[in-house]
Amino acid sequence: MYGGGNVFETMKATALADEDPVKLAEFEARIDRGEKIEPTDWMPQLYRKQLIRMIEQHAHSEIIGALPEGTWITRAPGFKRKLALMAKVQDEVGHGQLLYSAAETLGKSREQMIQDLISGKSKYSNIFNYPAFTWADSCFISWLVDAGAIVNQVANSKGSYGPYCRALERICAEESFHLKYGHHCVIHLATGTKKQREMMQAAVNRWWAPMMHFFGPSDKISVHSEILMRWKVKMASNDECRQQFLDMYVPKIWELGLTIPDEKLKKNQETGQWEFTEPDWEEFKRVINGDGPCNKERLAVRRIAEERGRWVRQALLAPKSKYVTPLA
Amino acid sequence: MNTEGIKDLLYKMADDQLIIGHRNSEWTGFGPLLEEDIAFSSMAQDKVGQSYQLYNILNELGEADPDTIAFMRNADQFHNCQLVELPNGEYDFSLVRHFLFDTAELLRFQMLSNSSFEPLANLSRKIKGETKYHSMHANIWIKQLGSATEESISRLQSALEYALPFALGIFEPSSHEQDLINEGIFEGEDALKNKWIEVITAVINETRLSLPDFKSITPVYGGRMGKHTEHLQPLLEEMSEVFKVDPTSDW
Repeated sequence: MYGGGNVFETMKATALADEDPVKLAEFEARIDRGEKIEPTDWMPQLYRKQLIRMIEQHAHSEIIGALPEGTWITRAPGFKRKLALMAKVQDEVGHGQLLYSAAETLGKSREQMIQDLISGKSKYSNIFNYPAFTWADSCFISWLVDAGAIVNQVANSKGSYGPYCRALERICAEESFHLKYGHHCVIHLATGTKKQREMMQAAVNRWWAPMMHFFGPSDKISVHSEILMRWKVKMASNDECRQQFLDMYVPKIWELGLTIPDEKLKKNQETGQWEFTEPDWEEFKRVINGDGPCNKERLAVRRIAEERGRWVRQALLAPKSKYVTPLA
Repeated sequence: MNTEGIKDLLYKMADDQLIIGHRNSEWTGFGPLLEEDIAFSSMAQDKVGQSYQLYNILNELGEADPDTIAFMRNADQFHNCQLVELPNGEYDFSLVRHFLFDTAELLRFQMLSNSSFEPLANLSRKIKGETKYHSMHANIWIKQLGSATEESISRLQSALEYALPFALGIFEPSSHEQDLINEGIFEGEDALKNKWIEVITAVINETRLSLPDFKSITPVYGGRMGKHTEHLQPLLEEMSEVFKVDPTSDW
């Protein structure tokens, strides 16, 4: 699961000064023709750097995103939900694995990426810094956070870097099942007993603001990079993704009799655009910079898992260990 | 047909699968490497799914539906062996338990593929196909970590010594044992235990780990009769926390 709001590296005006102009022109022509760039192809340093950053943030979001939902696996009500949620969260960790591999093709090792996550140097999707208090929260995540992720990831799967696009295609196929599962869970709560309906409404109220933040700051205030769009690193603007999400899902939320905690939210029939209360971008910045309700806990869990697993990883590197052939 | 004996056998197997599956799922997000996180999660799904199928057979024999059986009983009504309910601890214990339990599980379902009780024989043929991979996974890791560094070897050795008395509890005999054998339903816990000792000895012999003399170990019994460690009740309370908000509603 991943939204927009990528934190790209600040670019200097001279960033491309050292690049060979002929190779650069060739590279840009390939992208214009819709060709994919592969790991061994020539690419500008800046392209490599920004892609590593983006794919790495995406990978971190998958494994950190497994935590708020993962805590509900052991509490899922009934066999059907328990089995589905296990499979769903397993998929997310699998996406992390796939994406770390895609980022590794650009020259940064998984170990280094995980180290940068734990040290706080690398970011991940801001939404996972909020807690999943109830079962309904986990249902909200499975349906709507995944829905938001799909909007963003389908756009990015049309990007220019081959390994990332191919990973995203697979990821989107799996996410579409998550979405169905999540929708199914929400329908049952929203049309269930009074207690269940209240539980679901409370979750929508809690998660709406983080959901609006999910796609990143408004284009009006985000540092817009024309070059990242031209190189097909960033495929859709934050506002485009947010509008698309609102257009697809607000009617579905209303249809279930749930309300959305924003009185200004409505579709302007003339412009075709959704209007809403401007999200609190100061809070977004505060949370992404480490001061959200769960930032410390999420990283602590990851750090402890890394420390507890160190002896296992070291034992795999030991020359005395028996070489085992793959199963198939 | 000895229905009481069959139910007793089904309950202990289904409860084993549910509880070990639940424990395996607790590794989601915390594995020593992503691949292991995914592997434990995958095995958890198989095992919980298998418990569901076994509870379904019980349901056909007149017991409550699978959700009610799994989510509404207390610890003293569970018949799993104590080995599966112990907390995950570190990866060393989880791996050793996975190896000891899954070896027995695979052998059990292989034996039951020939059971005279047709529904169980059919299901066992399916389950043994899935469990084969769990067992291969365990064997690969035991061989790898059991021969690698001083730390990995000593960690596995301690975990093995701690887990073995509980592992022998898998084979706690039931009062229906002889009837099940006579009717060709199940070859019995003793036969299973003997095969199990053979298989785990062969794997351990390929490592730098050592096994104590099995005769010197006192098995931890009780689980099959509903006697459990202090760890099972909290696990069940967590598992049913949401379900019990309203057991009659659709979730």
